[in-house]
Amino acid sequence: MSLRRTTATARRVLEQLRHDPRTIALMLVMPCVLITLLKWTFDSSPHEFQAIGAALLGIFPFIIMFLVTSVGMLRERTSGTLERLLTMPLAKGDLLGGYALAFGAVALVQALLVSALTIGPLGLSVAGPAWAVVLVAVLDALLGTALGLFTSAFARTEFQAVQFLPAFVLPQFLLCGLFTPRGQMQTALRWVSDVMPLSYAVDAMDKITSRSAVTGALVADIAIIAGAGVLALALGAVTLRRRTD
Amino acid sequence: MMNYAVEVRDLRVVRGGQVVLPSLSAQVEVGSVTGLLGPSGCGKTTLLRSVVGVQRVAGGEVRVLGMPAGSPVLRDRIGYVTQAPSVYGDLSVVENLRYFAAVIGAPPDDPERVIATVGLAGKETARADRLSGGQRARVSLAAALLGTPKVLVLDEPTVGLDPALRAELWALFHRLATAEDPVTFLISSHVMDEASRCTRLLLMREGRILAADTPRGLLASTGARDVEDAFLRLVGATS
Repeated sequence: MSLRRTTATARRVLEQLRHDPRTIALMLVMPCVLITLLKWTFDSSPHEFQAIGAALLGIFPFIIMFLVTSVGMLRERTSGTLERLLTMPLAKGDLLGGYALAFGAVALVQALLVSALTIGPLGLSVAGPAWAVVLVAVLDALLGTALGLFTSAFARTEFQAVQFLPAFVLPQFLLCGLFTPRGQMQTALRWVSDVMPLSYAVDAMDKITSRSAVTGALVADIAIIAGAGVLALALGAVTLRRRTD
Repeated sequence: MMNYAVEVRDLRVVRGGQVVLPSLSAQVEVGSVTGLLGPSGCGKTTLLRSVVGVQRVAGGEVRVLGMPAGSPVLRDRIGYVTQAPSVYGDLSVVENLRYFAAVIGAPPDDPERVIATVGLAGKETARADRLSGGQRARVSLAAALLGTPKVLVLDEPTVGLDPALRAELWALFHRLATAEDPVTFLISSHVMDEASRCTRLLLMREGRILAADTPRGLLASTGARDVEDAFLRLVGATS
């Protein structure tokens, strides 16, 4: 791996985004609009917003980055640019690292905007440090990016790539503890939810909003999210083959 | 021993259960402009992909500049232009080339040089997907010219280009091939009349090399009027 090639790749991905202001707007504005809408729907029961709002701060970045990356990487595969890059002295880590760096930067801006809006005007009370909210949101976004890079290998068209969202993301969405606390699920479901990384994102956000101290359990959640991201990136690297049929 | 830039020995490629190349052997001389001619679907692209090292092969040996095809050390010495232009449609011409230049470690002013070389000066800031097909193909070719490649593998690079530009590109290929530090070209085409522009020819059909010669030598040995005629005579002789 080389720093020059990784940063050049990140810069290129950001340049592509810059040419696409609509996508930037969707990535930055849409989560803000959705969380505002959520606040409004729970106008009469603010404690519900307290529980769900925190979880969604962790879920939005994951879903959005998953979608953007899986389609972006698929375009790289189908346009022949991936094959061109793999004939050049570019390490797989340079490519994946470049994507992670670029989308990580966008995720940071997104997390800062959404967190500031939610904790500020929308009045979500956070007992723990605000930076932890941003950190977990960025890690979730990176996890979404890494999973998106990986799953793009299994799609032949953008049409299919978009459909991986319900396949890969909705089960996690249902089982992450957003609708039912994970402790109250049937044992089998509980096990499934235990191996899904998004569950730890929701757990982490719950802990940050309800407890003022950074506990060992929170650190463990954060480590699991980061670890799952690294694992997904490694799996993504396996799907990048220099030789194909 | 002859000085070969590319040596293919008993190459066998199977794709999806179909034998595309049963057992192909061929050589490309250093500093030659070698044309790989044959009808659509005869395995030209598969052979080129094997030389570049992106094709999974079932057997045989492909060496480029003396090293096994696909070796990491070859990655900044071999340029590959696929049939469909592989550039980022949502980036401008110069952004595309700046990125590829950074990846291969070419000097920062290299994008400007190759843009001028392929005749795209004035189009630097145009988005690649707003260019015509021929212009986009030239961006793809420009990317392969970045740095100091020793071998350029070009898959139908001149399809759809206007004749004046096509002549210019062939002149460029010959200029680079005869330079002090020569670049070797392996160029595929299904258009037989491009044969006269090559210094060496490989005629291909159904995964096999029919003939490997200079254009003049080919006409002399087959007694044909042109390369198309030579091809027909060779097909008649083998079937």
